[in-house]
Amino acid sequence: MMTLLQAINSALHEEMERDDRVVVLGEDVGVNGGVFRATEGLYNRYGADRVMDTPLSESGIIGAAIGMAVYGLKPVPEIQFADFIYPAFDQIVSELAKMRYRSGGDFISPVVIRTPYGGGIRGGHYHSQSPEAYFCHTPGLQVVIPSNPRDAKGLLKSAIRGEDPVIFMEPKKIYRAFKQEVPEEDYVVPIGPANIVQQGTDVSIFCYGSMVSVVQKAADKAAEEGQSIEIVDLRTLYPLDVETILNSVKKTGRAIIVYEAPKTCGYGAEIAATIAEKAIEYLEAPILRVAGLDTPFPYTLEYVYMPHPARVYRAIQDVLAF
Amino acid sequence: MTKTQSKQSARALPDGLSAEDLKLMYEAMVMTREYDDRGFKLQRQGRIGFYAGSRGEEACQIGTAFAMEERDWVFSSYRQAGVALHRGVPLQAMMNNLFGNAQDLVEGKQMPVHYSSCHHHFLSISSVIGTQIIQGAGCAIAAKSRGDDCVVLTYFGDGATSSNDFHSGMNFAGAFKAPCIFVLVNNQFAISIPVSKQTAVEVLADKAKAYGMPGIQVDGNDILAVYQATKEAVERGRKGEGPTFLELKTYRAGPHSSSDDPTRYRSQEETDEWLAQDPILRFQAVLKSYDLWDEAYETEVRERIQNQIAAAIKLAESIPQPSWETLFTDVYSYETQVLADQKKGILEHEQGLELTNEGEFPL
Repeated sequence: MMTLLQAINSALHEEMERDDRVVVLGEDVGVNGGVFRATEGLYNRYGADRVMDTPLSESGIIGAAIGMAVYGLKPVPEIQFADFIYPAFDQIVSELAKMRYRSGGDFISPVVIRTPYGGGIRGGHYHSQSPEAYFCHTPGLQVVIPSNPRDAKGLLKSAIRGEDPVIFMEPKKIYRAFKQEVPEEDYVVPIGPANIVQQGTDVSIFCYGSMVSVVQKAADKAAEEGQSIEIVDLRTLYPLDVETILNSVKKTGRAIIVYEAPKTCGYGAEIAATIAEKAIEYLEAPILRVAGLDTPFPYTLEYVYMPHPARVYRAIQDVLAF
Repeated sequence: MTKTQSKQSARALPDGLSAEDLKLMYEAMVMTREYDDRGFKLQRQGRIGFYAGSRGEEACQIGTAFAMEERDWVFSSYRQAGVALHRGVPLQAMMNNLFGNAQDLVEGKQMPVHYSSCHHHFLSISSVIGTQIIQGAGCAIAAKSRGDDCVVLTYFGDGATSSNDFHSGMNFAGAFKAPCIFVLVNNQFAISIPVSKQTAVEVLADKAKAYGMPGIQVDGNDILAVYQATKEAVERGRKGEGPTFLELKTYRAGPHSSSDDPTRYRSQEETDEWLAQDPILRFQAVLKSYDLWDEAYETEVRERIQNQIAAAIKLAESIPQPSWETLFTDVYSYETQVLADQKKGILEHEQGLELTNEGEFPL
């Protein structure tokens, strides 16, 4: 049994053991084991040459990781909070994402950027944001967000073993929220396919990260009313598993997308547009988005800002009543 | 003749360089200059879309390139074509890049002058100023962590010393004592902005002190001085003594790029003063003092190089554009469903539109 945080730590240990080109770098990731302890024990086991405490500069961490990757290493940099990733935005968007394309496949930079994201931890707007949409808008990047320990370990392993850059966003609200059985043997969860958490026939809800458990609560309440909800955990936001989404909508005829980033231009818009483009004739109701608000992330009233099971439940009732 | 020979024997060649080396250096500088001249002309004739040259900066390029080994790495800006050529990137490959043709390594995915060659440890070039500085530091940290005996040369201009990545690159390399040589080609202009507006510091090399590494200002138009300073920096790096910051002081004798008009921001008198310091003319004088240069040699070198370039242009221009399908390659190591769908969309719906390139280059 492992928490999501332990699963991340375990994946890092196993991948560093498996491949000596895997290196970890970032602020406080070495001696201190990371501020969330995600890199606990790596420094003692693999030493300062492979677990690097860096100066405090996010653009520096990602830029250096790109140089290491070009040299042939497999860097797994940590950005301490996704809210601090913006100084590195240029290195991620202009450099990391484009290295393969702009060199005709001659240079690759398989950097896996781990970063805790999301609200619900009373972190205010500098420790709570969900910036996934920015990265989904950048060809060359893959964006992965696990929702449970088993997937977290398997997806991180896939990310590290792959040849393409990954923004690996970890829902810190559920880092230690629950434990789950995780296979003892080596396994991977492939980047790409979504996971149908529960089958249903009335409404499809698409979600990821810490929102999956929020949706589960709303679906459980709906089940008491005899309403059958299908929950699809996207796991990978880019590239998106369009087929699973469309198959689900074709079955239920109703779609809700739940995400905690600000609603406007959030990832839900892409899913809604995809459904509208490819399956509008199957729809029985408007596509709804239950999302964060178009405000900076608040401190005291974060429970109002974040999608709450009650808001998801209300959306379910709205699409069923349409 | 007898007299000259005795003069040559009286004057010792620079440390570690043979007469053959000096001639190779000279010819590499001439190649860089001729390549540039043709690059600009091709753009003016509308045969390529863009060009950015390095006229006046040949000593900075060839002097540094000569001081490194094959196993070393280059993280350059877009003004180091001479470094790429000297490291063995084929002239034809570079010309194919200028034309963005089907044989271009990156199949026309980048603007001209953004070269790339993994085989020559010459990193794909970005247009974004300074991003390669921290990447070079990262590469050097990686090499050190693996115990490898190589160094990284990262090139940038005076404008880049204001960038975030200059700071983080210098700082990371200093903190990790990485074998990285920061080659600042101070050509005195960032497009129109002179160094005096770029920074309040009088000598850019002084910035090195803040990062705990030696900073050395070198006459960037004196190829032997550039070579010597780089060689020492490379040796320091190999011995595990950490990074070095070299400021090569030179002058951007040409425009920033084919889109720039320098008469808007600097006087011809100023440019003329620097043209008197032309690194090729200065090195010619040095070669002459060793009896390694005369008019016949000059004519032979220029003709040989011009013919090589003309042949490369002729071939590059005859190669067709990349096929439209190449738009979709090398985004990822595999084809995503979205890209497969978009490719199919172009095939089914847009091929009939006969999309053409009007041949206009707005930049």
